[in-house]
Amino acid sequence: MTLVTSGLAAGYPSRPVLSGIDLEIHPRALTAIVGPNGAGKSTLLRALAGLIRPAAGRVALDGRDLRGLGRGEIARLIAVVPQMSETIFPFTVREIVALGRVARLGAFGRPRAADGAAVDRALRELDLDALATRRIDSLSGGERQRTVLAMALAQEPRVLLLDEPTVHLDPAHQRSTLGRIGRLARERGLTAVAVLHDLNLVGALCDRVVVIDDGRVVADGTPAEVMSPTTVKAVFGDGLVVGERAGVPFVLPSR
Amino acid sequence: MRTAAVLIGLGLALAASVIVAILVGAVAIAPQDIVAALAGASDGPNATIVRELRLPRVLAAAIVGAALAVAGVLLQGLTRNPLADPYVTGSSAGGVLGAVLAIAVAGPLAGGLIPLAAFVGALGAVAVVWQLARLGGHTTVLTILLAGVVLTSFAGAVVTLLLVANDRLALRIRVVVDVLVGAVNIRSAGELAMAAGIVAVGLALALVLAPRIDAYAFGDETAATLGIDTDRVTALVLVAAALLSGAAVALAGLVGFVGLVVPHALRFVIGAAHRRLVAAAALGGAAALVLADAGARVALAPTELPVGAITGLIGAPFFLLLLVRGRRLLP
Repeated sequence: MTLVTSGLAAGYPSRPVLSGIDLEIHPRALTAIVGPNGAGKSTLLRALAGLIRPAAGRVALDGRDLRGLGRGEIARLIAVVPQMSETIFPFTVREIVALGRVARLGAFGRPRAADGAAVDRALRELDLDALATRRIDSLSGGERQRTVLAMALAQEPRVLLLDEPTVHLDPAHQRSTLGRIGRLARERGLTAVAVLHDLNLVGALCDRVVVIDDGRVVADGTPAEVMSPTTVKAVFGDGLVVGERAGVPFVLPSR
Repeated sequence: MRTAAVLIGLGLALAASVIVAILVGAVAIAPQDIVAALAGASDGPNATIVRELRLPRVLAAAIVGAALAVAGVLLQGLTRNPLADPYVTGSSAGGVLGAVLAIAVAGPLAGGLIPLAAFVGALGAVAVVWQLARLGGHTTVLTILLAGVVLTSFAGAVVTLLLVANDRLALRIRVVVDVLVGAVNIRSAGELAMAAGIVAVGLALALVLAPRIDAYAFGDETAATLGIDTDRVTALVLVAAALLSGAAVALAGLVGFVGLVVPHALRFVIGAAHRRLVAAAALGGAAALVLADAGARVALAPTELPVGAITGLIGAPFFLLLLVRGRRLLP
């Protein structure tokens, strides 16, 4: 499904965060949203999820304005992978993944066969079968990240929104997690959008980069197009060196 | 399987605690006389004690314990705070304010009004908390807790003021003390039946809402992205918690720690999923308070202790132990 923002403005009454955002985000690709701290990346992600009402403009999914959809309808189309994956209470991995089915439960909340099957599939896809009965607070950061990703997949969404999905992971897990998300998008026809900070992960593993600065889109294209010395310097300032290896752009801090 | 075993175990524990609580009391009554009294086969003074004093008292304690524990589960799940219970959110304080106001206004006529006033007070407190929490345009867990703290202080101040200034309260100080310290006190069978009905509604609502409360595991916003209409579900959970804590205040006043400790302890045994936890807390809370109330009746017999003193004496150290052993459970 295609996610379109037109003339989108959002934020707080006293402090508008985003303005004039026009984006068309297509399926079968992993789109990264990057930009400096406070640029409005998370606000954009929340607007795309229908969590905040636009101050102006609109967000539409295949032409349907999100404001016209209930939370349950949105949850059957759009899944959000939260940044925080810690719970206070001792839920098991399977119980967390099953939360992805809440929007499809009947009035009395009894899970149906399709719900169990979707949870099984999500657990299998993220190699969580062996961990299904473990308590989430006994898992490593990478395992927890896979659990919340499985929860989102159990929603059987058409759009996957991720808020810094690699933030607490070591470099190997950052690569495998983001690589997995990219494959899911391409193989399943998902529209995947991730807020990311690590430009090197973006350069290597994302299909498209949208650069936000001061609430506006300042660059948009493939990593090779967008991660030019000029753009990186304009958005992030001095102190970064942009290079390229085998067609993949990378960014290093300068000494 | 484990769930079924735990629930059956808790049911047996409740049955055993009810039997013990009916057996013990200021007057020693032989078990065969108790059975005869319950079967309606005897009429002596002992039969009257069993049928009209002990049995309603044990039933009331069971209802109060179940209500407080389930209200605790609801509020903890909603706020993702294992310390939240009817007190922290101001729901019990509102109930007490309602009850004390009824005594102040109606004096000796207040008897029948107390339960009603406690329900209204608890619901009113929750409505105020809810409105305060929504001021920013959306509800956050922190504002609910802070609003509850403010409301509890305010209700406490008004109760103190009334106690000092109102002659009727001074005359009925015994009833007021019962409410404030937490003593199971049944004034009529109708009142008990009304409280039981309200608790039944609250329990049913809790069981229906439970799978949606699970979705709050990562916070309100993730609950919304999982498909929960958070404004509506939060409001319903608060109403259920107010029904339960209002009914509990009406029958027993301020009884602490049951709503806090019982859910906390049961989570270690039965896990965090809320439907199982609601069912377990209803049985476990009932059993715990039936035993505590039996203890309150016999500890210094013939003088009765308020059950709130027992739950505080046992519950506070137990809760501290849980805190020390389960620090990770705290935010």
